[in-house]
Amino acid sequence: MTVTPLTTTPEITPVQLSAAAVAKKRLSSPWASLAAIVIAILWTLPTFGLLLSSFRPELAIKRTGWWTFFTDPTVTLDNYRAVFDSDSGVNLGTYFINSLMICIPSVLIPLSLAALAAYAFAWINFRGKNILFVAVFALQIVPLQVTLIPLLTIFGKVGIAGTFWPLWLAHTTFALPLAIYLLHNFIKEIPATLIEAARMDGAGHVAIFFKVMLPLLTPALAAFGIFQFLWVWNDLLVSLVFAGGGDAVAPITLQLANLTGTRGTAWHLLASGTFVSIIVPVTVFLLLQRYFVRGLLAGSVKG
Amino acid sequence: MFDTANNTPEKLLQMLAALLLFGAVVGVVLFLASRVRGKRSDNLVGYLYLLPVVLLLAVGLVYPGLRTIYESFLDAQGKAFIGVDNYKTIFTDGDLLTVLGNTVVWVLLVPPLATGIGLVYAILVDKSRFESFAKALIFLPMAISMVAAGVIWKFMYEYRVNQPNVKQIGLINQIIVWLGGDPVQLLITDTGKLNSLLLIVVFIWIQAGFAMTILSAAIKAIPDEIIEAARLDGVNPWSMFVKITLPSVRTSIVVVLTTLAIGTLKVFDVVRTMTGGNFKTSVIANEFYSQLIRADNQGLAAALAVVLFILVIPIIVYNIRQVRQEA
Repeated sequence: MTVTPLTTTPEITPVQLSAAAVAKKRLSSPWASLAAIVIAILWTLPTFGLLLSSFRPELAIKRTGWWTFFTDPTVTLDNYRAVFDSDSGVNLGTYFINSLMICIPSVLIPLSLAALAAYAFAWINFRGKNILFVAVFALQIVPLQVTLIPLLTIFGKVGIAGTFWPLWLAHTTFALPLAIYLLHNFIKEIPATLIEAARMDGAGHVAIFFKVMLPLLTPALAAFGIFQFLWVWNDLLVSLVFAGGGDAVAPITLQLANLTGTRGTAWHLLASGTFVSIIVPVTVFLLLQRYFVRGLLAGSVKG
Repeated sequence: MFDTANNTPEKLLQMLAALLLFGAVVGVVLFLASRVRGKRSDNLVGYLYLLPVVLLLAVGLVYPGLRTIYESFLDAQGKAFIGVDNYKTIFTDGDLLTVLGNTVVWVLLVPPLATGIGLVYAILVDKSRFESFAKALIFLPMAISMVAAGVIWKFMYEYRVNQPNVKQIGLINQIIVWLGGDPVQLLITDTGKLNSLLLIVVFIWIQAGFAMTILSAAIKAIPDEIIEAARLDGVNPWSMFVKITLPSVRTSIVVVLTTLAIGTLKVFDVVRTMTGGNFKTSVIANEFYSQLIRADNQGLAAALAVVLFILVIPIIVYNIRQVRQEA
């Protein structure tokens, strides 16, 4: 489901004075700044507390609050060592690799399939096009819960349960309606003259797709790719249902979720584990903020 | 430091094999498409390009969706037909009514509060010197997994027994103690739906960044002339907000509210991570999972999924119409 077309650029709108700015200027009492600072602190403090704790010794975390760090600063990397160590039974390294193994195909496959389909919907005239497009568009409303039980049966019958395949296939399928819709919106904005010109030169649909479309599509592909990557990386429901227990194919979020159940008081492991699991999304966020925001906004109703 | 089991190369090979297989499928499609000539070529190429997608969607989305609707009329094992009994259970069973009630509270609270906070914050930091940094702080919770967010807040809510030599390690309980109160088992206490409300706080914390980003973009899109005119008329800040800002971003507000409502109806990770749906905190999407995996009641799980589906449809339709209007 889409909220904003991928072409929207929320950040770059140079305006001298917005209504809000005027309102704020007049309001520019210290109260307004204070309110902003209070919200910012409220939104940062919980993460900060756990981050700080992840560097405190196990006993310190269990006996005193993280705010005592400022009067008794002791720092250790033991917690991070512990979550990667097989002795602790947490073994996050394995799950980290699993997450990557799940994510890469789950991004590349739907992205290429959706690009092909979006091109077909936008620039090829074939019979039944409109009905098919509306059908794909409408599929965005299906919550993934509705599909999980029969998929579980299907994957069991085909004999791929417990491998990466159910995860790849499920993530690919769930991504398609939104991806096709967004890429279609983007592709149909490409001037028809470009395609006509290529056709005049004798290019077929395959050549046009690769030589004309793909280079122009890059920003949209990047935005959706990042969104899909993070959606898969952060997913819990799909992996809970299809990856089951054990460390064979389970992703890092699943292991973290399991830890909160089985080792709910082992805060030294939970703290460092949490930050190992979010290092990837946070890095992506910081490096690719613009694409990231666009992609996330475009796909915010997915699932 | 990466103490991974030795099967990493094997996994890598599996992944490469999958990518190769998929590449081969696309290659065949493109090869065939490039071979097609003649009058009907557009039809054929169109179908070829769509073939993999249509197959996946038919097997992975359409069939399972219809199948789930059918299974919602079957018993726990998915064998005997029991009519609408599963739906009757959902709307009469005490525990499930709590689940529905919780879902209603979630949907009533999260969208307006997250939107309100997002809007206020967007206005407050608009055009300030630290705007992008200030926005990143609020937006970051949206980037991390809800499982991680759940752990972060579980630590905030952590409870330690109330004994003289035991110190609180959760900030909220420490604040209660500093204020002279007794620590509370925050996530277990369901009096006045306290624990559910605390989970809702977490979801608002996650979603406010989304509201802020959309509304901030909408605010920046208000034409200067309107603002300038209003300013020359000596409009005070409050009426500027009520008469200019609010009406200008109305559509965006509706889009944000509906988007958040849909996300809230499907909320699962937060509840599952923080309470597992225990202590009367379950919501529909979590109950679906519990019934499917823990209670092994496939029929009831299917019915819950269908209920979720039915609840989501009108909001999504409304959301899409608003988005189209705006575009």
